[in-house]
Amino acid sequence: MEFFRIKKDIPFMRHALTFNIISFITFLLAVFFLATSGLHLSVEFTGGTLVEVTYPEAPELEPIREALDDAGYPDAQVQNFGSARDVLIRLPNRDDLDTGRVSELTMATLQSVAGPAPELRRVEFVGPQVGKELASDGAMALLLVIFGIVVYLAIRFEWRFAVSAIIANLHDVIIILGFFAFFQWEFSLPVLAAVLAVLGYSVNESVVVFDRVRETFKKRRNLSTPQVLDHAITSTISRTVITHGSTQMMVLSMLLFGGATLHYFAMALTIGILFGIYSSVLVASPLVMWLGVSREQFVKPKREKEEAVV
Amino acid sequence: MNRYPLWKNILIGLVLFFGLIYTLPNFYGEVPAVQVSSGKATLKLDSALAAPIEQALRDAQVPYDGLFVDANSIRVRLASTENQLRAKDAIEKRLNPDPSDPSYIVALNLLSASPTWLTAIHALPMYLGLDLRGGVHFLLEVDMPGAITKRLDATAGDLRTLLRDKDVRHAGIVREGNAIQLRFRDAAQRDAARNAILDSTRDLQLVDRDDGSTDLKLIATLTPVAQQTIRDFAIKQNITTLHNRINELGVAEPVIQQQGADRIVVQLPGVQDVAKAKDILGRTATLEVRMVDDSPGALEAALAGNVPFGTELYTERGGSPLLVRSQVVLTGDRLTDAQPGFDGQTNEPAVHLTLDAAGSRIFRDVTRENVGKRMAILLIEKGKGEVVTAPVIRSEIGGGRVQISGSMTTTEANDVALLLRAGSLAAPMEIIEERTVGPSLGADNIAKGFNSTLWGFIAIAVFMSGYYMLFGVVSVIALAANLLLLVALLSLLQATLTLPGIAAMALTLGMAIDANVLINERIREELRNGVSPQAAIHTGYDRAFDTILDSNITTLIAGIALLVFGSGPVRGFAVVHCLGILTSMFSAILISRMLVNLIYGRRRKVESLSIGQIWKPGKAS
Repeated sequence: MEFFRIKKDIPFMRHALTFNIISFITFLLAVFFLATSGLHLSVEFTGGTLVEVTYPEAPELEPIREALDDAGYPDAQVQNFGSARDVLIRLPNRDDLDTGRVSELTMATLQSVAGPAPELRRVEFVGPQVGKELASDGAMALLLVIFGIVVYLAIRFEWRFAVSAIIANLHDVIIILGFFAFFQWEFSLPVLAAVLAVLGYSVNESVVVFDRVRETFKKRRNLSTPQVLDHAITSTISRTVITHGSTQMMVLSMLLFGGATLHYFAMALTIGILFGIYSSVLVASPLVMWLGVSREQFVKPKREKEEAVV
Repeated sequence: MNRYPLWKNILIGLVLFFGLIYTLPNFYGEVPAVQVSSGKATLKLDSALAAPIEQALRDAQVPYDGLFVDANSIRVRLASTENQLRAKDAIEKRLNPDPSDPSYIVALNLLSASPTWLTAIHALPMYLGLDLRGGVHFLLEVDMPGAITKRLDATAGDLRTLLRDKDVRHAGIVREGNAIQLRFRDAAQRDAARNAILDSTRDLQLVDRDDGSTDLKLIATLTPVAQQTIRDFAIKQNITTLHNRINELGVAEPVIQQQGADRIVVQLPGVQDVAKAKDILGRTATLEVRMVDDSPGALEAALAGNVPFGTELYTERGGSPLLVRSQVVLTGDRLTDAQPGFDGQTNEPAVHLTLDAAGSRIFRDVTRENVGKRMAILLIEKGKGEVVTAPVIRSEIGGGRVQISGSMTTTEANDVALLLRAGSLAAPMEIIEERTVGPSLGADNIAKGFNSTLWGFIAIAVFMSGYYMLFGVVSVIALAANLLLLVALLSLLQATLTLPGIAAMALTLGMAIDANVLINERIREELRNGVSPQAAIHTGYDRAFDTILDSNITTLIAGIALLVFGSGPVRGFAVVHCLGILTSMFSAILISRMLVNLIYGRRRKVESLSIGQIWKPGKAS
């Protein structure tokens, strides 16, 4: 069984401009949604209290809302979470409340509502000072990833590869965020972790293609730069699809069996994987070409490599 | 050329063997246990305690199947929850004859059911995070400015005593913001004061200030070094205090750790009663001893809304108002012990306090000078004070042993003693993060994480074996080995496994297959180019190695960034992710190669490889 029966190198680079325009438009759309609707940040970032309870049978949400309103939380959000029996309550931080006690007061209020008593599933309370820190830590982590990857690729390959890989993959990150902004999915810490993991993962993809590019430059002296890129992409495409397919199987399994907690985590990974294939192949490679990669740049690394093998 | 030297095979075999052993404890599950740990800082737990525990269990006829002694606790393994409760009662009765003053904490816990020989070589099950086992997580922030202010207040008191001892006359010592202001009538007294202060302490910086008023001023501020010491001390003191308080809760394995400069993480696995936990943690109670202002008319004036300067109005237990001087005589820092008991003469419930040397001296001086007057003992909680008791000083009290009695029940005496003994906090704390996970959600999370990984793994296994045939099977075995090694490593390091950690495990497996896909695709490509099977294996692995290394390093960079900057759930994810990348490199390259070598390397002539159909361009199929 072999999925990919490709006789000739596919002329990807002939359409380089088209691909770049497509990504540019997607990118702009993502930025537009991020700017207009913004991310729906979770309690971890905004600060506040989140109480998840489960009932023996599906409760009416309206009495719960009213009871919370009476208890002094008119700004409480009450919604179902995962199933009709599970209820999620979000309360923003307020200066006039003793924040440390909110979760208990909420539970007490819920127990006072007529009907079956709820069982506490989880409580998350995040003070205002923590939220800001998490956001800045997240940004720092992103910067560190970008810096680390650029430096590593620049040393291992060439600065042109490093720059193209990171641009291509940051474009993925923005697009994932754009999806979260557009659908107003909740952006939580695990999602942030997923986004950063995807960043590292799709750089993989670029690395595999670049490895081939380097090898092809060295081995086949008669090809032009676009032909080299075409050849590299074509000969790795089967691996690209199979690898991502396998990873996606795992992620799909998380999406199906992981429950509500892992839902958006798996969602971010899915988008990241799909766009990762596209961007690292069809965005990074044209960028390398525009940046002017050529055979001469690999004369030196070739010698080093031979010495290393000996 | 496709043979590993014997030592390499043996080495890989050994790694897998140890991986298997350290993974084993995870399969045994957990059994009920009773854990005994020391309830007092002064009481050290040792193996000598095992004998009375065994005796108690024998007397109560509770069967048990194992008793383990470690540095901080003794654990008894039991067959059922029913026996667990009976054992707890029996041990409790034996070790704590006086329930009001427990020396040992006897708590219910779970122990791994793995055989003793595994436990002996430190093969333990993975350490599950709170989101998987249920429990409470708090992040507390210590109010450092509060600690500094408190220290300055105490210092102001010390300076008064010092200047009085040295016969230096001053016109008032008050704290203003982060400085203490000392006023003097003339320059000579100020110089004398400056010398006296500089002789006695190095923590203060002194600056003269003459701002045209009649008094000469000396401004004392804490040196940066002293401030740093106070901060360090405050957080250490608070951690100790929390330890003591949590001990009173009887939690089996609490985690209390400093995080950053001014934060403390508290994790209480298995605790469901959040309200009680918070109550005990949140009690930022500090003890203060102050004098009562009994001057005639003062109380009436205060009640009329005109509180005299330098005093504060409080309500005594029982409801009657009391006017207390703002000046603090003594704080809870000077307290070394507090025990409930009874008054020797009246037989009323009482609390016996023991003060340290400095505290004893201050207390002796104050009581000597104020015989016949009343002194108030206040508990300050969250900035609000409550007068616990305000006894009349009958005589000078020396030796640092103080008894508080009057209008207390036995329970109240116990509570007050517990609160005071648990230690006062050096600085108030605030809960800035709370995460509670109910036990049902914890179990759900484990099931969901496990199912995701299982089904994802099966899907990959089916696909890989179908697509790459024998080489696919080899890849799947390598992937399984990867999972085994990862679980073994997590168990060995006792790194906390959380739900994001399980997700990372699944994701890492999904990503790890990349290395094998790369290798298999390379081998196919070599075969397509007409290379002989043995050579194809060799070059396939060789060529793929560089790529695998590069791509894993970039993933690792992302993992490390998450590890450095991540907190909470992200850190749990990052730890597993990073470890998973390392184990996947080992298994995808070395283990799969070893298997391929064992299958094909020994044969002299290999006609074809079972790696799925090789399609060659030009030959239409």
